[in-house]
Amino acid sequence: MPDTLKIGGRELTSRLFLGTGKFAGNKLISGVVNASGVQVITVAVRRVDTSFAEENILTYIPEDCILMPNTSGARNAKEAVRIARLARAAGCGNWIKIEVISDNRYLLPDNHETIKATEMLSAEGFIVLPYMSPDLMDARRLADAGAAAVMPLGAPIGTNRGLRTGELIRILIEEIPLPIIVDAGIGRPSEAAEAMEMGAAAVLVNTAIATADDPVAMGRAFGMAVAAGRMAYLSGPGAVQQCASASSPLTGFLSQEGCNELS
Amino acid sequence: MSFLKIIEEYQDFNIDAFFDRVTEAGVRRAIGQDRLSAMDYLTLLSPRAESCLEEMAQKAHRLTVQHFGRTMLLFTPIYTANYCVNRCLYCSFNAGNKLHRTKLTPKEVSAEAEIIAATGLKHILLLTGESRQHTPVSYIKDCVRLLKRRFTSISIEIYPLNREEYSELSEAGVDGLTLYQETYDRDAYACLHPSGPKRDYIYRLDAPERGCRGGMRSVNIGALLGLSRWRREAFLTGLHADYLQSSYPDVEISISPPRMRPHLGGFQPAVNVTDTNLVQYVTAFRLFMPRSGITLSTREPAGLRNNMTKLGVTKMSGGTSTAVGGRSNGSEAGQFSIADERSVEEMANMLYRQGYQPVFKDWQAV
Repeated sequence: MPDTLKIGGRELTSRLFLGTGKFAGNKLISGVVNASGVQVITVAVRRVDTSFAEENILTYIPEDCILMPNTSGARNAKEAVRIARLARAAGCGNWIKIEVISDNRYLLPDNHETIKATEMLSAEGFIVLPYMSPDLMDARRLADAGAAAVMPLGAPIGTNRGLRTGELIRILIEEIPLPIIVDAGIGRPSEAAEAMEMGAAAVLVNTAIATADDPVAMGRAFGMAVAAGRMAYLSGPGAVQQCASASSPLTGFLSQEGCNELS
Repeated sequence: MSFLKIIEEYQDFNIDAFFDRVTEAGVRRAIGQDRLSAMDYLTLLSPRAESCLEEMAQKAHRLTVQHFGRTMLLFTPIYTANYCVNRCLYCSFNAGNKLHRTKLTPKEVSAEAEIIAATGLKHILLLTGESRQHTPVSYIKDCVRLLKRRFTSISIEIYPLNREEYSELSEAGVDGLTLYQETYDRDAYACLHPSGPKRDYIYRLDAPERGCRGGMRSVNIGALLGLSRWRREAFLTGLHADYLQSSYPDVEISISPPRMRPHLGGFQPAVNVTDTNLVQYVTAFRLFMPRSGITLSTREPAGLRNNMTKLGVTKMSGGTSTAVGGRSNGSEAGQFSIADERSVEEMANMLYRQGYQPVFKDWQAV
């Protein structure tokens, strides 16, 4: 049976999602998609300009990809909801990645407002994928609010610092009955593989691919790393041990009859 | 709290003595910091740091690509009036200058907007001279109403307002405020602004903060380089940006480093700010505030703007006219002479050639 990720009634074979905000040209996007096998692409609604085809980012999204507009620029739930509605009205479909950021220094998400927006948009029939700071209780609230997946950050956006929040994400993977998609912070393919080995359902990458010297090759590397990490997860990796297995076990005497007493 | 308190903390700070103590090792240590302190930033503005400019530029480029990607937001100004009640010595709109005074009618605003919109730009900066009598808030709102039909982001650069007025304009559709202190040097400020409401240093100083409170999404500040000692101006501009960003984390704070340009009147810059100085300022600020926007306008010549694309700048103007209705009625009497007359298309092509994506739209009013 093929290993697929099911979200919002769609089945995905690729577990790498792509962000689009930092490419040196929109034309690069299709090259990255082809090289990486990406099937879900997120686009900031603030950047969509349907009146100017040449500079409109939507022109460059392959038709067979799922478009996941995001609410970048929203500072509270109310703005996120308005942006989501704008996206739907502009024909961008039902998927929405909620980003609510009220801190411009670190660009950390506002979980409280994100939960409110998730609740409202889920009720309106959106497939809601909220970006969040990894917190178990808030992730539960998002699940209760109708989120289709939860997207915790690995590190602050654009930092390429990797899975700094790994321990918290691990808890979400164990406890939340929704796909956990690691979004933000992943800077290297090896870190994407690590997230997948942990059991993440998918990873979303923008900066690490878009700002690489060769974004297409980096996209391919991420596609391979995500697939490898997923395969490793499904293969049941061996347990991690602190010490090597002792060749002279300290309790070996227990299995040797007649030798368990001092003579 | 006002930024004035922070300025006063540095009132007796001996910046020259500080610069004398800066060593090259100190500069390199400041460059290597993940988060720079105010003193690290001042270290990078020191004469000594000029010898490390390439290292600063490399890091500024790396940080900017990391946080903004290889992108450049494009915008253009629209001047709708040049009536002014101030007598700023460095400005063509000075009330004492013999200049044909005019104000665009709604029909003329639409005509000018139509020409700009045809270039594909979606971000516009609405400017007037400083005259509440000729261009009251109600006039600004009328202009905004017309501009909203064609642009998705509208910023203003007009006389300072009170908080309620900023809220009023924010609700009308203005999302950005640009307001330059011109100079943070209070003595120079008093000399340069001999009459008019602009003489009130503190009211102007606190205006960006009132804009933040009034609901502006982005606030852009700066000092006009050439009016006073640039290193101190750059330092205080950076501290002002840092103060605003810390106090209003949900507002995008950015800076501009405008240099004096030829204008009507005989005033000459008190300080010569060289290209090297400008690059030092911009790269030092980028290291100090990695996520803040930096705007480089058409005050700078094309060659320099091309070269500074990769040095921390995130926003550039193009297809610029500083005259009222300059695109639709042929007026050439602008606020100052521009140095880069390239069209929006030429700017976009330059960016593409450098491996950068020109961004025409980066906000959608909601």
